[in-house]
Amino acid sequence: MITTTGLTKVYRSRGREVTALDGVDLHVREGEVYGVVGQSGAGKSTLIRCVNLLERPSSGTVTVAGQDLTALAGRGSRAGADLRKARSRIGMVFQHFNLLSSRTVQSNIELPLEILGVSGKERERKALELLDLVGLADKAKAYPAQLSGGQKQRVGIARALAGDPKVLLSDESTSALDPETTRSILQLLRDLNQQLGLTVLLITHEMEVVKTICDSAALMKGGRVVESGTVSEILATPGSELAAELFPVGGEASGPDRTVVDVTFHGEAATQPVISQLSRTYNIDISILGAAMDTVAGKQVGRMRIELPGRFEENVVPIGFLREQGLQVDVADTKTAAPADALLKEGAK
Amino acid sequence: MQPLLRDACLDTLFMVWWSTVWAIIGGIPLGLLLVLTDRGALLQNVVVNKVVGAVVNLGRSLPFIILLVWLIPFSRLVVGTSIGPSAAVVALVIGAVPFFARLVETAIREVDHGLIEAAQSMGGGTLTVIFKVLLPQALPSLIAGLTTTVIALLGYSAMAGAVGGGGLGNLAITYGYMRHETDLMNVTILLLIAIVTVVQLAGDLVVRRLSHRSGRQAPAAGLRRLRSAAVPKPRTAPEAAEPTKAA
Repeated sequence: MITTTGLTKVYRSRGREVTALDGVDLHVREGEVYGVVGQSGAGKSTLIRCVNLLERPSSGTVTVAGQDLTALAGRGSRAGADLRKARSRIGMVFQHFNLLSSRTVQSNIELPLEILGVSGKERERKALELLDLVGLADKAKAYPAQLSGGQKQRVGIARALAGDPKVLLSDESTSALDPETTRSILQLLRDLNQQLGLTVLLITHEMEVVKTICDSAALMKGGRVVESGTVSEILATPGSELAAELFPVGGEASGPDRTVVDVTFHGEAATQPVISQLSRTYNIDISILGAAMDTVAGKQVGRMRIELPGRFEENVVPIGFLREQGLQVDVADTKTAAPADALLKEGAK
Repeated sequence: MQPLLRDACLDTLFMVWWSTVWAIIGGIPLGLLLVLTDRGALLQNVVVNKVVGAVVNLGRSLPFIILLVWLIPFSRLVVGTSIGPSAAVVALVIGAVPFFARLVETAIREVDHGLIEAAQSMGGGTLTVIFKVLLPQALPSLIAGLTTTVIALLGYSAMAGAVGGGGLGNLAITYGYMRHETDLMNVTILLLIAIVTVVQLAGDLVVRRLSHRSGRQAPAAGLRRLRSAAVPKPRTAPEAAEPTKAA
């Protein structure tokens, strides 16, 4: 639905060049919620602005719903009629809502329809319908200043949907909201994604957002996408940085003769209580040092850090057992990790 | 004495009214142009920006009394006379347009860039941005700026009186100062104070009606608002309470 190839953006100012995007290839499938995470300055904002060409990429192409937007852009810095038409089919939601304080809620939602040249009666009908959809039917005549942050973002979402877009871009849409409001806005986005078949591309610095609603995710660093895939693919990737960020586990070994192991549960993994099975089968005591687990559709997803008694050499067999269950196991102790992995491979042979 | 005051008053109002009308007609496009042709803005154009900026600065840098005298030949060319309120209007307009243009520029610049981006993301072009975003959003600030301009024009029109423009300023100088008619001088001053107060209050009232930025506006608060407006309060800059910045 959204494809970028070799997307590059270089800012030039006073002879200095700053590369905000460095050859980004992104592929967002139709009907999925795709999250791009990264620290500030990683290029997320530039990326999402390049998708509807609010920011002109220096090179590379952007295709949305089969339409090559970069080809529509023309040469000048102003957007031509074709690009503007294409933009009206892409909804965008902003971190600071960007509602016009001079207009009522209803009138704010009517703005994109005014731009599209929709008649007054039809605008009103559509605006009220959208307000109903986002659960603010009683706020049509209110001004944005009279609303809470969450309500403002609901208006922002309703406005973004006014042009019947197939794609919704969300630029840190929950970053200015408290956790509870964030959840309700994410729930709304999820509902819209499912009810309307809306494809959502969102950027965020909150891992919680990705965990809550994203089907796929990408991690950006220094203008590049360093990791991407569906959430379960990412979890299944050994040593994945994104997986570690999504499901952070901590905890140090309690003594020298202990083995610390990170176990990753991802979608396809066994639904059996493997930890207690391990304990009973080998008659060992296991302590859980840290865990970040969710149960999605009856399957456990997440990571757990456990401690086994004895050195690594003594635990090759229990670790093998965990791997047989379809779990991914990484020996956590960074000091011994490299030789341990080598030893494990030998053991596997 | 009565008809003298009345005529002077009408002359002053005539000068202020017409110069205000022209200040709006000239100042808003100039102010918009200053913002829109700036670096990185919608209609980026360094040459136009520099030229307009220089013209506006020229108008702003001359002391009004000098401008007034300097423009005498020009006034004769435009309205056919170099004395009287009509001639003064020419100089007042030349003085007021750059003054208001700068205030318009400031007001337009205050509009959050995110709103422009939002309009663009909906497929809006430059005209949409100007007429649906910039001007409506800046309206309270524009009105506040206009209030300042009108009051400044009142002062300028008094100066115009000194060089034969007529009006209250002329009255105060020729009768009040030169003929030592202190009573007349005092009445003139009181009249000027009254006009300034009325203009400021009216401006504040409109600004308050237009800013929907404080969340506590009940529909039935019209009377209360009117009453609170009657208490001279320091003008609250509308941007001070902007919620989006704080969010």
